[in-house]
Amino acid sequence: MEFISYLVNGISLGSIYALIALGYTMVYGIAKMLNFAHGDVIMIGGYVVFTAMTTMGLNPWLSILIGIVFCTLLGVVIEKVAYKPLRSATSLAVLITAIGVSYFLQNLALIIFGAGGKTFTSVVNIEPVSLFGGQVTISGETIVTILVSVVLMVVLTLFVNRTKPGRAMLAVSEDKGAAQLMGVNVNRTISLTFAIGSALAAIAGVLMCSTFPSLTPYIGAMPGIRAFVAAVFGGIGSIPGAMIGGVLIGIIENLSKAYISSQMSDAIVFAVLIIVLLVKPTGIMGKKIAEKV
Amino acid sequence: MALLEVKNLGISFGGLRAVDGLNLQIEKGTLYGLIGPNGAGKTTVFNLLTGVYKPTIGTFALDGEVLNGKSQAQINHKGIARTFQNIRLFSKMSVLDNVKVGLHNNCKYSAFAGVFRLPSYFKQEKAMNKEAMEILKVFDLDKEASVTAENLPYGKQRKLEIARALATHPKLLLLDEPAAGMNPNETEELMQTIRFVRDEFDMTILLIEHDMRLVSGICEQLTVLNFGMELAKGETSAVLNNPEVITAYLGE
Repeated sequence: MEFISYLVNGISLGSIYALIALGYTMVYGIAKMLNFAHGDVIMIGGYVVFTAMTTMGLNPWLSILIGIVFCTLLGVVIEKVAYKPLRSATSLAVLITAIGVSYFLQNLALIIFGAGGKTFTSVVNIEPVSLFGGQVTISGETIVTILVSVVLMVVLTLFVNRTKPGRAMLAVSEDKGAAQLMGVNVNRTISLTFAIGSALAAIAGVLMCSTFPSLTPYIGAMPGIRAFVAAVFGGIGSIPGAMIGGVLIGIIENLSKAYISSQMSDAIVFAVLIIVLLVKPTGIMGKKIAEKV
Repeated sequence: MALLEVKNLGISFGGLRAVDGLNLQIEKGTLYGLIGPNGAGKTTVFNLLTGVYKPTIGTFALDGEVLNGKSQAQINHKGIARTFQNIRLFSKMSVLDNVKVGLHNNCKYSAFAGVFRLPSYFKQEKAMNKEAMEILKVFDLDKEASVTAENLPYGKQRKLEIARALATHPKLLLLDEPAAGMNPNETEELMQTIRFVRDEFDMTILLIEHDMRLVSGICEQLTVLNFGMELAKGETSAVLNNPEVITAYLGE
């Protein structure tokens, strides 16, 4: 019975990773870069919602909306200021810039909000659910996280596959040059990708801070790395891959915390990544890269 | 006035003049051929006309509007579309979606409407589907609409590239070696398709081709390039019998 509760909590944690991993994978697929500042956008989202809700006393829903809008704009601005000038630079330059942006955001938060942890008030006020005659209790946060993530993933999948901006994203990710010559505005498509990824990160931030209420400038870094692992695990560039990868990483992390060792959980997550990459270098859903000779 | 007016167009890569002082006038509705030996600069001309390269000297104008210096997407909006020498379809997307990417700019609804599936989304997607299917029907690809592009046979992929380019509603269509890798039967069929596109869509077509059967069969006018410079131009039959052209192709 304990197993079920660990599993459900793992799925919930994994859903948060999946939402973050979607930002990594979409940006990689379309702009061909690893945005290592993505994790810190979650942290900024947490602080913005915290400020709106606790400091300014606004309605939680309004606060979340402000957080989403803020992060969306932040994502677009980061891309315009830091990455766009490097569009034709080597990928290493872009990668280092992304790490720089990551430290910049962390230290900015450190200056503004201080190093001390803030206590985030959960935005979820649903009673925990008891299953199997009280043997298993699932918190409201867990349920809401899973539901919200499923809805967002369905909406995102439909958006990418069935709409005009989504098709433009797919086209740019396959062949930027050909897409441009068919009249697709690549800059706008990349901005849209950053906007969507950052909006998802803001939502992930709120869900994460509701489950783990301590807010510090570094809370985004480690989930960001785990979500990156999830994206690679699922096959970077693939949207369903990020979803599956995220949920699996969450489950693996939670089960290894429960049954093996909580200190070892990160080591286990990364060991699983290494094994998957040895067996299937492109990740679970990764595209086969076959060169015609 | 000619539809496409190219004046003294040129580009250098380092010290190499890849295209030098090219002049072209293409009247509306013409099937115009651009030929020349390998490395003569034909594809470079296409890259200049579509904004992939920015010309070092000279200008080109479509319908009187000067287009050099504009971005690839802008030039496409203004009415120049192209296909590629080596096929560059969106190979993981369906045949229908490939054409719908081409229709991209003829459809206006916001990303917001797409996320929340507002009525404008359904209305415009429906219209796009209808138009995309009509274009596919012209190329006899309507039955393969849901097939992933990479699974189409070679000849049909070439046709799909033309269909996708036409979906952007161009005034001028650039075809880069449309018959490359085709057998004589497929080439014959392609010639009919190109003629049909010209007549049906009232299209002006500029094409690069090595297959002389296709060139002499459908092109009305030709420009011959050699080492980036114009060697000859004029009516197809006259150009092909020009001794200088024969020398450039076959040697002394």
